[in-house]
Amino acid sequence: MLLRARTMATVAAVMFVLSATAATTALAQTRAQVRIVGSSTLFPFATAVAERFGQSGGFPTPVVEATGTGGGLNLFCRGIGVRTPDIVNASRRIKASELALCMANGVTPVEVKVGFDGIVVASAATSQPFDLTREQIFLALVRRLPVAGELGANPNRLWSDIDPALPEIAIEVLGPPPTSGTREAFVEQVMIAACPADMQERDCSELREDGVYIDAGENDNLIVQKLTANPRALGIFGFSFLDQNSDKLIGHRVDGIAPTFDNIADGAYPISRSLFFYLKSEHVGAIDGLGEYVAAFTDDRAWGDDGYLTEKGLVPLVAADREKFRADATALVPVSLKP
Amino acid sequence: MTDARNGDDFATIHTRPAARKRLARRYRAERRFRFFGAAAIFLSVGFLALLLGSIVLKALPAFTHNFAALEFDLSAPLEASDPATADYDAIVRNALRDRFPEVAGRTLRRELSALLSSAAPVYLARQFQARPAGTGFTVPLSDTADLYLKGLLARSRTIVATGPAKWTTSGERGALETVTAPDLRAIENAFTGQGGQDGQRPSILIEIAGGVLKIGQLDANIPGGVWLARPRETGNAAEPGQWRIRIFDTPQAKRKLSDRQIVWLDRLVANGTVRPALNTIFFTRGASREPEMAGIWGAVVGSALALVVTLALAFPLGVGAAIYMHEFARPGRWSRFVEVNINNLAAVPSIIFGLLGLAVLLNVFGLHRSAPYVGGIVLALMTLPTIIIAARVALGAVPGSIRQAALAVGASPLQTVFHHVLPRAMPAIMTGTIIGMARALGETAPLLMIGMVAFIVDIPGGFADPATVLPVQIFMWADFPEAAFGYRSAAAILVLLVFLLAMNGAALLVRARFERARS
Repeated sequence: MLLRARTMATVAAVMFVLSATAATTALAQTRAQVRIVGSSTLFPFATAVAERFGQSGGFPTPVVEATGTGGGLNLFCRGIGVRTPDIVNASRRIKASELALCMANGVTPVEVKVGFDGIVVASAATSQPFDLTREQIFLALVRRLPVAGELGANPNRLWSDIDPALPEIAIEVLGPPPTSGTREAFVEQVMIAACPADMQERDCSELREDGVYIDAGENDNLIVQKLTANPRALGIFGFSFLDQNSDKLIGHRVDGIAPTFDNIADGAYPISRSLFFYLKSEHVGAIDGLGEYVAAFTDDRAWGDDGYLTEKGLVPLVAADREKFRADATALVPVSLKP
Repeated sequence: MTDARNGDDFATIHTRPAARKRLARRYRAERRFRFFGAAAIFLSVGFLALLLGSIVLKALPAFTHNFAALEFDLSAPLEASDPATADYDAIVRNALRDRFPEVAGRTLRRELSALLSSAAPVYLARQFQARPAGTGFTVPLSDTADLYLKGLLARSRTIVATGPAKWTTSGERGALETVTAPDLRAIENAFTGQGGQDGQRPSILIEIAGGVLKIGQLDANIPGGVWLARPRETGNAAEPGQWRIRIFDTPQAKRKLSDRQIVWLDRLVANGTVRPALNTIFFTRGASREPEMAGIWGAVVGSALALVVTLALAFPLGVGAAIYMHEFARPGRWSRFVEVNINNLAAVPSIIFGLLGLAVLLNVFGLHRSAPYVGGIVLALMTLPTIIIAARVALGAVPGSIRQAALAVGASPLQTVFHHVLPRAMPAIMTGTIIGMARALGETAPLLMIGMVAFIVDIPGGFADPATVLPVQIFMWADFPEAAFGYRSAAAILVLLVFLLAMNGAALLVRARFERARS
């Protein structure tokens, strides 16, 4: 019995030693690996580069966290030092307010445009192909439409209500939730782009909440599974998921353009967005392997026309742009938001 | 009375009809309750079996992987002073090309190389450096090639021909002559099924005399096309049943694997180069963006490290707090206040603890981001209330006579608690602890805030190394677009369940020891 009391005392002692070591290690913190935060859209690409970078030897594999673009920039702009990330992946450009926060904390971001991501409208391979325009998508999904001069609930229930040429099936669209960057880009490039003159931009950016548009969560795989189970439904998600599931899904034409790799790359396909990462120039040289990681990402073997990132679904930049951003990243040219 | 439960005996007691009716109603109510109880158990067991069954079925393909045993020319790294500098990419590439000398041209060679995992050179280098004198090295196939060989991708139908056929060859191209009507109809049906150009319609491969002819046109009832693999030189006729028509209903353009790649793979399997083996990569490695190189070990180690910290903090603190509150603290407003707050704390959503970890542990104390010891501290805070409540209930269940007897023979209050009360309460405390730990094992939300939801390839070597945990790994794999990750996430769920069972088993063992010591 006495022995048991002693073991308990030992456990308590171990506990205190543990917390003590934790406290002391925290004081003398250094960092062996590059740390990357940011968008979950770029996560598949950044992790692929990080893994190959780690395999090539010399440096430990960078740690990549999917925090979302906004959350990532918030961490990134908090300051300099080993406790802040070195790179943030962004599925949109940095905002002026975020850049101001960075500058105020002594962080000078360097902008590197990585490529494009198409946003596709797709459904199960067994369904018939649609030929949609952005106006039709807008009419199917907007929450309120002008009815007899006043905004009222969207009356369209069937695709054929919008255009008799479209099939006579119920409108059912699975898409990303409001927190997602994919949703943000979709709203900007479809809903606002197709916004008629007699409507406010704010009303145009609201999607239906009467069960026609279904929030399918951040997990695009879930949308893919739901689409294969329900051939009448359409899904909205990133091109890489269509690319990886091309045996199960078909992508529909938008404004007459099919969502293919080439059409997104040359800008013909109307719904696509640019992907970026921002590098903390103060950390280059201070964190081992940071410059080398950026060099590995901006190598044509990674982001080039035949690079391994294209296999992961990245739509690359044209060669001249790649050259420019590679040079900018090497010379640490600070980002400027002037167009 | 209990064993005289038949109608006659009761009839003598319950004489009035109304009483008999009431009795019958009471029995009916009991039978109903029993039925619903049994049905509820049956239903939940059924759902559990369904859930587990679907996970196991989905996980099974991930436990094996197809490896290719090629003849690697390892003279370069053997002679080099530093074997790490050798060009393993070229070694792997050449070893595969030696098997298919007829494959020429950049596009075709790239297609051929895509059969192997893109990490095959790294995998070979690691094997070679581990045992430079060894032979019989294997490299993993790519995820799509592996899924095809497991029958999970590019499914096909095979029709064994009922009539004879003659083949002709001119250069790359070939044709089938004197095909009888039934076979021709089978080819025709598949060929004209969907129309469109090559790559957009089903693929029809004719396997004849060791060669494979891909049908590209159907002129004058003579199916013709390109030889994907050459037939043997001798003869030009095949008997009925000696040749087969293979139809892939999914068009080539919509598959991750081309017709050529399928033919090459089938050849590698036929000559024994490619064989399925236990997927050791899955059990021994960390995260990866290539499904075939992704492993669960990094997450298992991360989970174990975090839980060790959780247990070391939450168990002594929780049990200590419970003992003090139950055995020593004077009851009053203050101790009631503390108790109410502990109960409330047990109901706080776990993400709140993550926010606390971020705000206090990371931002104020400046502890490591993504480190398992920080994760362990956060999870310990989350588990503490559960353990305290369980321990208090367990201490309360120890009969007061034990305490009085101990005090009566002269034991001090401390001795009473540690020698007599606590050992008796221990089994129930263990149960509460294991419930808390199991919850901690399955948490991702609090870890999101402190950076443990991250892509971490290197296996953590200590408490301060960046690490992730099992549920996070499952969550991330379920989110990746590659189909092979879906099977791996199911397999990871099984690993998580095994981890949980092992933890429960350990608790049972400790419990049994305490119970034996008491009796």
